[in-house]
Amino acid sequence: MTPEDTRNILIGIVCVAIAACVPLVFNGYWLSVALTAMMYIALSTSWALFSGPTHYISLASGAFFGIGGYLVATGMSDYNLSFWLMMAVSAVVATVFAGLIGMATLRLSGVYFVIFTLGLAEMIRNMVSWLQNNVLGSRGLYVLTDFTEAHIYWMLLTVSVAVFILGALIARSRLGFAMRIIGNDETVARHVGINTARAKVLLFMTTGFFAAIVGAIIAPRYSYIEPNLVFSPELSFLVVIMALLGGMHRLWGPLLGVIPFTLIWEAISIWIPNFTTLFLGLAFLTIVYFLPNGVVGLLEKLRGGATP
Amino acid sequence: MDILISGLLLGGTYVLIAMGLNLQYGVARIMNLANGEMIVLGALASFWVFTSAAISPILTIFLVFPIAFVGNWLIYRFLLLPLVRRAKTQGHLEVDAILATFGMSFILIGIVVSLNGGYFTYSFLATPFELLGSTVALNRLVAFIFAVIIAVVLFLWLNRSRAGMAVRAVSVNPGSARLVGINVEKVSALAFAIGGAVSAVAGVLISTFITLDASVGVIFTMKALIIVIMGGVGDVRGAIIAALILGLVETTVATLVDPGLTLAAAYFIFLLVLLFRPQGLFGKPQT
Repeated sequence: MTPEDTRNILIGIVCVAIAACVPLVFNGYWLSVALTAMMYIALSTSWALFSGPTHYISLASGAFFGIGGYLVATGMSDYNLSFWLMMAVSAVVATVFAGLIGMATLRLSGVYFVIFTLGLAEMIRNMVSWLQNNVLGSRGLYVLTDFTEAHIYWMLLTVSVAVFILGALIARSRLGFAMRIIGNDETVARHVGINTARAKVLLFMTTGFFAAIVGAIIAPRYSYIEPNLVFSPELSFLVVIMALLGGMHRLWGPLLGVIPFTLIWEAISIWIPNFTTLFLGLAFLTIVYFLPNGVVGLLEKLRGGATP
Repeated sequence: MDILISGLLLGGTYVLIAMGLNLQYGVARIMNLANGEMIVLGALASFWVFTSAAISPILTIFLVFPIAFVGNWLIYRFLLLPLVRRAKTQGHLEVDAILATFGMSFILIGIVVSLNGGYFTYSFLATPFELLGSTVALNRLVAFIFAVIIAVVLFLWLNRSRAGMAVRAVSVNPGSARLVGINVEKVSALAFAIGGAVSAVAGVLISTFITLDASVGVIFTMKALIIVIMGGVGDVRGAIIAALILGLVETTVATLVDPGLTLAAAYFIFLLVLLFRPQGLFGKPQT
């Protein structure tokens, strides 16, 4: 370990400690904003693990998140299973599902992948609604636990820390090295003997895994779950936008996107709720035209450092 | 037989949507994910004109086409061309275009919602009509006929005119097109504008028999993309067949199983295409 690594780990520990104290200081409204931010930190950072190096825009977060929330709700409400068991089940299901999607689409060009994930949450929502109406016959599901918002927040913090640790490990592993080469030039990557499809599918599966766990953890917050609520396409777009806004070439980049965006988003939802879609669009355009490397890229440019 | 006829009628309108997107993606190389919103805007225009001035949607087409043409030309010229110029590779351009058109699609949705947040419901030619022994709504048939006319005109323009030839040349290879004296940027802008205008006209036609609202754009984008990929990017003949297949399958699923599962059916086809013929129905396998 270099001195720089030690420094980074110390900074990380201090940040986590500060983040862990949030529920002790705030409650009510600000805790719920912090919880939302923590949820997007876990989602965006794990999203960037895959999309950062590959530049493949995945819009599947909403689908995996929905699988997590929905399976937890079904298991607890209809079959009386424990929350923890269902969380594990949903993570496994989403990971396998991500693997299948990856195998079908990631062998081909990135556009196919984007298109496939674009309607995925909506398609699953349609199928789940249909199954509920025609086969299972129940509509609303209840998730009743004794978790408070603080508990949910701490669980999400744990997931976020796990994502960061995994991200750091991947970055220095053979897989991370392979991903960087794939991101720069896939043909080169293939010629030096990297199994590009396998590497991409593996990372996509981690994204699915974490999104499902986050969905599962969030379920008790809503208590009442229905397909329209958890399979939300909007969530996928928010995850993408926050990660891009922060910048994806650093592990902590999405963090810098999530925090300001969540605050602005909350403010807009309260004061001018009809403006949210328009704002989402403006945010996308701002990123493409003015912040192609995100906030991190901007900071590095201001400091005069070299951007990769 | 009922399924066959209404499936083909639906497929006819899908042909138009797919042709619009094909021009934008196949020629201008812009993966336009705001394509569905163009359809919604066309539908909204048709709804407005019909409810306020009682002008037939057929006439609205002639109003919508030039407006959408100019609008899309401006979008290409001022928003997308900078991206094309700055992109180092086709991959870069694709990512940028996808994100930028996402932005545009959300902005358009936002604008449409603020103009009219409800459904665009109006009744035009909603009378039953006998066709080969099965009953269809007259508006579907009229929409189909106009879709066919527009598709044929577009096809002839692409294959018979000088400008159409330039468009096809850029579609095959932008680099070589430049060598033979074609202004690639100008032709791309033209193709993008025509593509958008065709989509908006498709929106006018669709709104006569399907009730739309601000949020359905993405579903149409999805369907158009599936058709374009199934038919093969830039392949007009493939897109026509693919559109008819999608129309038939969707109608079959909607009639026999459940109308809520049409998107799932479209996805199923998409999956089959990706697994077995990712190069399109008539495309040659890439080595």
